[in-house]
This record gives sequence, structure tokens and C-alpha cells, in this order.
Amino acid sequence: MPPESPPAAAPAPDASAPSPAHQPGLLELFLAFARMSLAGFGGVLVWARRSIVEQHGWMTAEEFNETFALCHFLPGPNIVNLSVVFGSRFRGIAGGLAAFAGLVGPPMVIATILAALYARYGDIDVLRRTLAGVACAAVGLLFAVVLKMMMPLLKRRDVTGLVILSAVFVAIGLIRWPLQIVLLVAVPLSIATTVLARRMVKA
Amino acid sequence: MSSESNPIAALVWTFGLMSLFAVGGANSAIPEMHRAAVEVHHWLTEKQFADMFAISQLSPGPNVLIVTLIGYSVAGVAGALVATVAMCGPTALLAYYVSRFLDRSRDARWPAIIQAALVPLSIGLMAASGLIVAQTSDQSWIAVLITIVAAALAFATRINPLWMLLAGGLLGFAGVV
Repeated sequence: MPPESPPAAAPAPDASAPSPAHQPGLLELFLAFARMSLAGFGGVLVWARRSIVEQHGWMTAEEFNETFALCHFLPGPNIVNLSVVFGSRFRGIAGGLAAFAGLVGPPMVIATILAALYARYGDIDVLRRTLAGVACAAVGLLFAVVLKMMMPLLKRRDVTGLVILSAVFVAIGLIRWPLQIVLLVAVPLSIATTVLARRMVKA
Repeated sequence: MSSESNPIAALVWTFGLMSLFAVGGANSAIPEMHRAAVEVHHWLTEKQFADMFAISQLSPGPNVLIVTLIGYSVAGVAGALVATVAMCGPTALLAYYVSRFLDRSRDARWPAIIQAALVPLSIGLMAASGLIVAQTSDQSWIAVLITIVAAALAFATRINPLWMLLAGGLLGFAGVV
């Protein structure tokens, strides 16, 4: 299937300079998250930062980092968590819902349309070949993210981290154990070694 | 599980639970989605799963929307909606309460420690995701080469990843892969 062109590219910078004290309303939250979501191919985070910090000035870079760190340590799609935490900070539960709906709603409609097209035309040979090619590249992009995230561990010579990383890779990727069981062992283990390592640095 | 008779219930159960275990985001959850959709419930074939991964990377929005595609193939529009809400809802609720709790307690030490501890886990999970999709998508040497080149370009340059996806699609279209 020919990929649909993005509905809107980079959001045009607003002429009216936003004051830091400006509190976004519900509709504004919905539209801002819808726009960053639709612009975000292969990751919304870059656009979220651009929109929230640079364009609207709703948060300082530091506040954004703290909020994102929180959302990263929680399970689930980080950016979805971010939308809820961010929206509710300004407008309570309704704000969280508005930001969430903006982030997930419009791309979900697109995904549903693509899914319907795939269900109908997925067997056509040209389409199968094209998607196979896209999948090859998409896997490559995923490996690039893995490499980028591994660099800090390699630079720090974080051996325990690398051992845990490899163990999880083998357990999930090669042996194909269920996620819950692996996490039940790996999460406490990793937290324990992290705490231990920090104590040793302090001592 | 006896939920085979009701696909909607199976979607809610599968993705609702996965939502709370998806450490490190959507791309880390790919192996578990694959296990559930291909191996446990037989909703999709290997090829279909790889295709949906490709479509989800191609389309705008958070990568978690691969569950929308899986949901649709199981139970149509209702399935798409239910799968998406099940995958995003529980964790969003959790995020809401945890952030309110932390705002009040202001002890920022534990999130930092847990986050640092989860980093190697989520990298390992994402590497496993790559392997699982690659086992289906990279069936020829040229396919493997495309993956390697895309990885190298995305790692070393700032080219928009969308171009690499489109290039992969064009090569596939041309019948090279």
C-alpha cells in the first residue's frame, strides 16, 4: 500500500509569543497533542518536546525531562503516559483525557483505515513485497535505537547492566519465555544491583 | 483461557495485562505481542505480524498503535478500539496516580533508581523485538543488507527515518527483497 502522506508536517510556529504562565485549555491540549502525534513518524517524543518546551513554553526543558523520566519508568507507552500526566497537571482529569484523546485518537483512525485496507488488499503480491521491504528497514531502525541506547552503558563499562540486558534478550528473544515471568525475576534483580552499585560509589 | 469464543474479551485481557508489563514502551512489548497474537491465540501469521509492524512504523502517531492493527484483524473496528484502549488505559491511569503521588511526596530518588534499573531491561527487550521481526522479514541476504544499512544510517546520521522506510518499501516494490 502506498504510504499516506502526513496530514500536516511541522506545525507552524505560532506568531503570538506564549507567556510561560499561559495555561492551556482542554481544546488546546487536544489539538497540540493531535498535531505532535500526526507529525511523529517513528516516535512522537521529539515533536512533543518541540511543541511543549520550544513552541508553547508550557514547560521548561528541565520540567519536561523530569516528567518524561517519570513516564519512562512507568510501564506502557511512554508518550501516552506523558500526555496524561501533562494534561492532568494543567486541567485535572479532563485535561489528561483531552491530551490522551488528541495523542491517540487521530492516528488511531488512520491506523484503523490502514488495517482495513490491509485486510482487504493484504494478499496482493505487490503490496506484500512492498511491506516486506518496509519491515526490513523498520527492523534496522529498531536496531539503531538499541545501539544508541546501549552507548552510555558501553561508555560507563556497566558490566552488570550489559549482563542483564543480554540475559533479557536471550530469555525473550531466543528462548521466548513469557514477558511477565522474565520481568518478575529481572526487575527486582536489576533494582537490587542498581542500589548496590550506587552504595558502592558513595562508600 | 476459555476466551477464544469471545475475541473482544481476549483482546481486553491480553492487552490490558500487557499494558502494565510493557516496561520501556511499545517497542519493548513487541515480543509479548508476537507471542500472544501469533503463538497463543493464532490471530495472525508470522508474515501478517511482520506486515503490521511495518505498517505501524510507517503510519504517524505513537508506535503502540500496532495494537490497533492487531485488534482490527481480530474483531474489526470494535476490536481496533478495544485493543487500543486496553493497551493504553491501565498504564495511563497508573501514570496519573503516580504523578499525583510524587507531586505531593517530592521524593525524586526512587523514580531515578527504578528508571536506571529498567534501562538495561528495556534495551534487551527492544533487541529481542528486532530479532523476532527480523526472523520473518529478513529472509534473503538483500533483506538482511537493507536492515543493516538502515540501522547504520539511523545510527550514524540524522536522516529522517521515514526516508529509510520508504526506500525499503520501494526496493520491496521493485522485487529486490
